[in-house]
Amino acid sequence: MNDSLIIALSKGRIFKETVPLLAQAGITPLDDPDTSRKLILDTNQEQVKLLIVRATDVPTYVQYGAADLGVAGKDVLLEHGGEGLYEPLDLRIAVCKLMVAGRVEEKDKPTAAGGSGARLRIATKFVNSTRRYYAEKGEQVEVIKLYGSMELAPLVGLADRIVDLVDTGNTLKANGLTPLEHMADISSRLIVNKASMKMKHQAVREFIDNMTKAVQDRS
Amino acid sequence: MKSDRWLLPEGIDELLPDEARILEDLRRRLLDLYQAWGYDLVIPPFVEYVESLLTGVGSDLDVQTFKLIDQRSGRLMGVRADMTPQVARIDAHRLRREAPTRLCYIGTVLRTQSDDFASSRSVVQIGAELYGHNGHESDVEMLSLMLETLALAGLQDVYIDIGHVGIFQGLAAQAGLNQEQKNELFDALQRKSVPDITDYLASVSIENGIRQMLLELAWLNGDMDVLSEARKKLQAASDDVHQAIDDMTQVAEQMQSRYPEISLHCDLAEVRGIQYHTGIVFAAYKSGVGQSIAQGGRYDNIGRYFGRARPATGFSADLRSLMKWGMASEQSKNAIFAPADSDPALQQKIKELRQSGERVVAQLSGQAGGAKDLDCDRQIVSRSGQWIVEKIK
Repeated sequence: MNDSLIIALSKGRIFKETVPLLAQAGITPLDDPDTSRKLILDTNQEQVKLLIVRATDVPTYVQYGAADLGVAGKDVLLEHGGEGLYEPLDLRIAVCKLMVAGRVEEKDKPTAAGGSGARLRIATKFVNSTRRYYAEKGEQVEVIKLYGSMELAPLVGLADRIVDLVDTGNTLKANGLTPLEHMADISSRLIVNKASMKMKHQAVREFIDNMTKAVQDRS
Repeated sequence: MKSDRWLLPEGIDELLPDEARILEDLRRRLLDLYQAWGYDLVIPPFVEYVESLLTGVGSDLDVQTFKLIDQRSGRLMGVRADMTPQVARIDAHRLRREAPTRLCYIGTVLRTQSDDFASSRSVVQIGAELYGHNGHESDVEMLSLMLETLALAGLQDVYIDIGHVGIFQGLAAQAGLNQEQKNELFDALQRKSVPDITDYLASVSIENGIRQMLLELAWLNGDMDVLSEARKKLQAASDDVHQAIDDMTQVAEQMQSRYPEISLHCDLAEVRGIQYHTGIVFAAYKSGVGQSIAQGGRYDNIGRYFGRARPATGFSADLRSLMKWGMASEQSKNAIFAPADSDPALQQKIKELRQSGERVVAQLSGQAGGAKDLDCDRQIVSRSGQWIVEKIK
């Protein structure tokens, strides 16, 4: 039986914060993704490999079984829908908030359109989460999909609000924006392919248990 | 300007001769298998009124169904996205037999969104259903026939996952959750999202013992040992839940003794298709494929909507996935090339060869290419006034 475990991760913050947890589970990568150009990293355990993919692609890799496990932000999972995935463990890393933000001077107005009935324009890369959030609030909005530098949109009149991840809030502040509404608490989750959970049950379960313990030991 | 007139809609594809031949061969062999197990073939229509197509199957299928207006009646018709409700209608409304009814079917279904790996919106669905028996034998028969189906398609290293929707239903009822609360919890449980389940259960007021059992549920999966673990951890659950665990145990044990080589996995939190499934649910997985390749389960209530509730269980699979992941036999090409000649003796020879099951391809005068271009390994030649078959060198 094939007992290999492939774990999909994204570079940067998630990778850096996952490595100590993996170490506690006895897994150390042999390459550093920042210096190596390799996209498949070997580890000290022969049957465990790390796959370096874009953060938003992690659920897709795991959903289709290209990776057995993955580490994905809750923001990415909310956007993806989480279908076909198990997400059994909150790793409590890469913690931040998904928030609505707008210009400081509009802080106290209920809507930027000033109740005139015009629709709010929201710039975000979290299109699905934004639509869902405003639909639940009973507000019809126009969503503008952007891929980065969201903070710019309200300044140049492209949008009334933005929906983005907020960590320290410094970027918002530097651009004259302020957090207005809290949408969701975000942290990284361990996700598992459904078929792997069933077919590689022992290996996967052992890994989850180790990671659970690592998370508990840290806090 | 480049023309894209050849372009097919997304998720709609076609099979070229080589694939089509393998698929058709597999289709025939599978239908022969079902015939041998006592299953009668039915051919439901490609379109029917949405009321019957979408009865009792939940809203997922509604979204998946392409719809059109019947200009004659002004009513809404749907192109089938799943044949199971159609076959259930045939059993409940048309056949109305007392004895157990075994039906099988194959056909193309159309879906508005692809939900599978191949991202196909046009799936060749093949399956079998057994109506009129409530008990382990029919569940085991259905699981066995699914395994035989996979074996015939050349699928090896198959894993079977068994669940029972009654476990979650029983616990939810015991906890007194309303439909909305149940849906929320169901959504989290389907993702085995322990953090979300924990958060959600903390937000509703239910008895602590039941909360604990619902929390355990997400972790209750593994080999058959998990069933005895479940009995302990869910000890305080209602009789329905214990009955469901007993059902799972019975089916799992019988399957294991019938097919000792198969890896069995039990998942007490498997809540797939909870809108219409009522008992044992199962799915088959293959090593190296991230999604299930065949699935089924018990759905005892569906016939009620057509005037006759009857126990029912069944399974279905996508024939193309079976072909893709299985090892369907690749037949070597053999055919006989016949020269363009109107000699009655030659025509008689061709007729005889064809009747004996040979593939004979007739040459057309002035055609491009020869015998080899038409995948022929032999040809008919005239030797001293006789038409004989010769190997092509």
